[in-house]
Parts: sequence; structure tokens; C-alpha cells
Amino acid sequence: MRLAEIITTCVLALFSIYLMWKSTELEIGYVSDEGPGGGAWPFWLSAIMLICTGFIIKNSITRKSVPSQASEPLLDSYGKKMLLTVGGGILGFVALIDIISMYGAMFVFLFYYLKILGQHTWKLSLTISIVTPIVFFFFFEALMRITLPKGMPFLEPLFNFLNTIIY
Amino acid sequence: MMEILGQLTDGIWLALLPVNLMLIIIGVTLGLFIGAMPGLGSVNGVAILLPITFLVPPASAIIFLAAIYYGAMYGGAISSITLGIPGASTAVATTFDGRPLALQGKARLALVTAALASFIGGTVANLLFTGFAPLLASVALSFGPPEIFALMLLAFATFVGLGGDDIPKTIFSICIGLVLAAVGFDEISGEPRLIFGDISGFMHGINFLVLAIGVYGIGEMLWTIDSTRGKITSTETKMTVKGTIEDAKYGMKHSWKGTTIGSFLGFFVGILPAAGATPGSLMAYGVAKLTSKNPEKFGKGHPEGVAAPEAANNSASTGSMLPMLTLGIPGSPTTAILLGGMVIWGLTPGPRLFIDQPEFVWGLIGSFYVSNFFALVVNLSFIPLFIAMLRMPFTILASMIFVLSVVGGYAATRDMHDVWLMLGFGFAAYILRKLDFPLAPAVLAIVLGPIAEPTLRQSLLLSSGDPAIFFNRPIAGPITVVAIILILLPLFKFFWFKYRGVKEVA
Repeated sequence: MRLAEIITTCVLALFSIYLMWKSTELEIGYVSDEGPGGGAWPFWLSAIMLICTGFIIKNSITRKSVPSQASEPLLDSYGKKMLLTVGGGILGFVALIDIISMYGAMFVFLFYYLKILGQHTWKLSLTISIVTPIVFFFFFEALMRITLPKGMPFLEPLFNFLNTIIY
Repeated sequence: MMEILGQLTDGIWLALLPVNLMLIIIGVTLGLFIGAMPGLGSVNGVAILLPITFLVPPASAIIFLAAIYYGAMYGGAISSITLGIPGASTAVATTFDGRPLALQGKARLALVTAALASFIGGTVANLLFTGFAPLLASVALSFGPPEIFALMLLAFATFVGLGGDDIPKTIFSICIGLVLAAVGFDEISGEPRLIFGDISGFMHGINFLVLAIGVYGIGEMLWTIDSTRGKITSTETKMTVKGTIEDAKYGMKHSWKGTTIGSFLGFFVGILPAAGATPGSLMAYGVAKLTSKNPEKFGKGHPEGVAAPEAANNSASTGSMLPMLTLGIPGSPTTAILLGGMVIWGLTPGPRLFIDQPEFVWGLIGSFYVSNFFALVVNLSFIPLFIAMLRMPFTILASMIFVLSVVGGYAATRDMHDVWLMLGFGFAAYILRKLDFPLAPAVLAIVLGPIAEPTLRQSLLLSSGDPAIFFNRPIAGPITVVAIILILLPLFKFFWFKYRGVKEVA
């Protein structure tokens, strides 16, 4: 995990430098009659971040930090599999929202998670994955008046029908 | 004083009229669920239900809205504790210790402690409000930018000085939170700032909920599944009346100090214009940790860490009503909406309100007392339901948390860009969590950033760039000094141990 810590911290250091550079798009010094410029706050904070990454790398090299003393890798086989199945599942969920609406994506994700990952029964998996989007629909669209993404146009007739129930 | 008590009694009777009492119970229950839903807070509840209140007299209307406000303050703690996702910004600090308690099978203790602390916080605030409203409003107005910035500095300092975590990683975490809070438009010059890759989604800034839900809803969940190998067995005890009373006793015994700090500090931070319940609860957490005999227990499931922010957010929500009523200045987004409502009802907030509309003002304050009591009753009666949720198989609970996170991330700003951003934060948080980076400071920083930066810049403008302004003012000075000592504390400790180590060897 020590190598992972050093590599991640280097990435964070580069990110800090990027933020410092990005902050210079605005004035980073003191503007008379206006106070510190708009870029000063993020610029100096990113500079502190960069200094911190230096200390973090130093602690990692001298094996003073907790991760640098651990011998196991950042992601073992279980971690990799988990990231792929669970993390990938959430990624798929979010990617589906624009296509089959928030509610459709919610159904697919819940069914995938409960039936395939959780290995629950068909009855339980289907009940939860069908009831949850319906409850969310009425809570958000009817009660809270917040419209969640409705997906691509082919779903319009369905939502038009559901809207007639609410209004 | 007798006159005030008389008016207050009239106010409480007004709130206890059947129609008002019914509005209070409906409002509190609605507020509880709105508050518990990640992405929705009291602001949403009050904003959405405001139009409905035009159907009833102004006094009943504001009683209803105050009940929603109270309910939401109690509700935020529920998802923070049971799911580990802050239900509302005001409950961010509650996750720090509430979630560990729930993971140890002590969710009931955490929920009961939160409810009781909220009740005490609300009650203390109501008493302070009744007794000192006009006086406190004037003190709070003497807080200028340097004083508020000093308070922010103190909040960050408590994390550095007493974190017990890796210091460079903690400071890094605070700074990145503050930088993320700076994305969007520069408030003073009006120029776009840190718009990464010219993506328009960054124009409206990064909502703190996007980071908070990403960190707690996605990152923390992935980490939990990974570190427990997916085999979480909930040891949650059954819900019994006897057990609840025992928890209530234990919770109060171990958290009276945090509750007291939260109640008073929260009220005062709530009064400050532009502060409100969120910074109030975060600072109460910090100060409770600072004054505790066992600061190392914080963050690992200490009832005090639940009690302090919960007492503070209730106390602050009452406090933030104070400048609204007495001066017409809202102390939080929710009170800003209430203020708008009052104007529509034909009431003019300001010093004359207490004289011209005593029935309305004391009716409102009376309803605070009554709402607070009913919020406690409603909340306690729902605890068994929330505990039952925790006994569900973990795969069901986890999938629900992910769904709530995605919906919550969207509902906060209604922009798909933020859902993707939240997902990114979630994966990054998972890796950083594994590498022992503390992430709570980043969440704290993104919440306080929009207050800290403008106050710093205004202060430096006042002093023409001289940082001495933070030291030579009577209120700001001592706060700044304490904050700096706290930041340097780890350094002192380091040299102290080195010195002692050398002596022992010699």
C-alpha cells in the first residue's frame, strides 16, 4: 500500500499544481481598494495542499504513515471484484438515467443488486425493485414537486399517463 | 418580564388551538421525513409548502412552517445515523459519530441521544429567545467579518489540533474542501473561477451535498463493503421501552456536556447573519471535542459527538429566527424563505413587529415550545421503524443507500452533471479513505468555505491588507489566538516528546 500512497499523493500534488495554475486566471495578489483578488484564496490554499503532499510523501518513504506500514495491496482480489461489481453497478445506474429515466434506472439497478449481487429470491427482488421507483415517483413528483430525469422521448406516453394520476 | 410571560402563555395557548396543533403535528411529521431524505432539507420543505399556507391565517401559517423546520432538524439526524448519509447539511456533523455508533449496533442509543439533545437544544434556545431577543440581536450585529472569520478558523483548528489523524493529510483535506467551495463565480469580482475544462456544470459551483453524499453515500459504503468483505451482520438490539429508557439515561449521562455546549453555541452561531444551523452544528462538534477529556473517542462513536451537533442545529434554527423577527435579516436560507412568506402575509419584520403584531410574534414563539415538544414525541415514536430498517439484510440496505445517494445528488441541484461529479467524488473518497486520508474535514471545509472566504477578504479590505485586524479587535483577537495555538498544538507535542525522549535516553 506504500507504493499506492506515494503514487496517489503524487497525483494529488499534480492536481494542486493544476489548481494553482488555474487560480492565476484571476488576480492572486492584493488589489488596492478591492482587497485580495479572486484567485488569491484558491491559489494559496492549493499552495498549502502542495506543501502537505510533500510531507505526506516524506512520511510514506520513511514509513511513518499507517498505509506505508501495511503490506497488503491497495486493492486485493476481493477489492477489485467489489469495485467492478458494486462500483460498476452504480456507474451503470447513473449512465442509464438519461436513457430510461431515473425511475427505470432505479429499477434496473435494484434488480441487479438484489438478485445478482445479493442473491435474494425472485419475489423479494422484484417487489423491492418495482415498489421503490413507484414510491419515489409519488414522493418527488407529486408531493415535493421535484421532477427527476424522464429519460429519452420514447418514455413520454408512460409519464404523461402517470402525470394524469397526480394532477 | 411578567408582561413577556403573559404574552408567551397566550402564545402557547394559541399554538394549542386544535387547528394549530393539528398543523404542528402534520408539519413535524412531514419535516421529519423531508429532513431524513438526503438532498432535501428544511429549505426544500418550507419552500415547497409555503404556498399552501396562504390558505390559513398568518399565525397558523408560520406555526406550520416552524413545525416543518423543527421536524427537519430532527429528521436530518436519522439518515446520518442509520444510513451514514447526512440527511441535510445541518446533520453533516452527526454522521461523524452517529454512523460509528450504528455500526457498533448502538443505533438506538444514537437516535435517542440525538432526539433528546435536539429537544434540550431547542428548549434552551426558546428560553434564550424569550428572555433576550432584542439584546442578543444587537450583540450579534457587532460581529463583523473579522470575528466571523476567526470563528471559522477556530472550527478548522479543532480538526487539526485534536484530530489524532495524520496532520498533513488533515490539512490537505481541509484545503481541498475550501478550494472546491471556491469553484463557480468569484462573489466579489463576478468573474468565473476554476471552471475545469470549461464545463458549464461548474458555473453554479459545487454544492456541498454533492461532496457529502459522494463521500458518505458512495465512498464510505464501498469502503465498508470492502473492509467487511460484504459480510455485515447487524447486532442491533430489539426495540423495547425499557431499553430505550436505559439508552436515554446512558446517552444523557455521557453527553450532557456536548448538549450544553451545542445548545448555547448553536444559538449564538444561529443568530449571526449568514451563519445558521450548519456551521453552528459543525462548530459545536469541534468545541465539544476541544473541551472533552477524551477527544480521541470522537469520530469513533462517542454519544457526545452526536449530542453536540444535534443540540446545536435545533438551537441554531431557533436562533436564526431572531434576527429575522427583530431586524428583518435572515440568519439562514430557510428563514430567508420564511421572511418572504411574512412579507406576503402583510407583516413587516423588524423592530416594530414586536410592538405592532405581538399576537403574531408570541404565537410564533409559543409554537416553538409546542413544536419542539411534538417533534420529540413524533421522532421517538418513529425510532422503531428506523431501527427495523437497519435489521434488513445488508444487500437491501446498501442498494437503498446507493439509490438514495444518486437521487439525493440529483435533487440537490437538479443537474446530471452533479450526479457524475458525486460519483467521481465517491470513487476518489474510497481510495483516499483506504489511504487513511480523513475526509470529514473536507466536508466541513466545503460547507464553511463560502462563509470563510468572503469574510477574510472583507476583513483584509477593511484593514487595507493588514492581517493584524484579526488580533487587535476585542472579540476576534482571543478567538484567533486560540485557533493558532490549536493549529500549532501537534508541533508542540512533537517537540515535547522529542525533548522528553532525549532526556530519558540521557
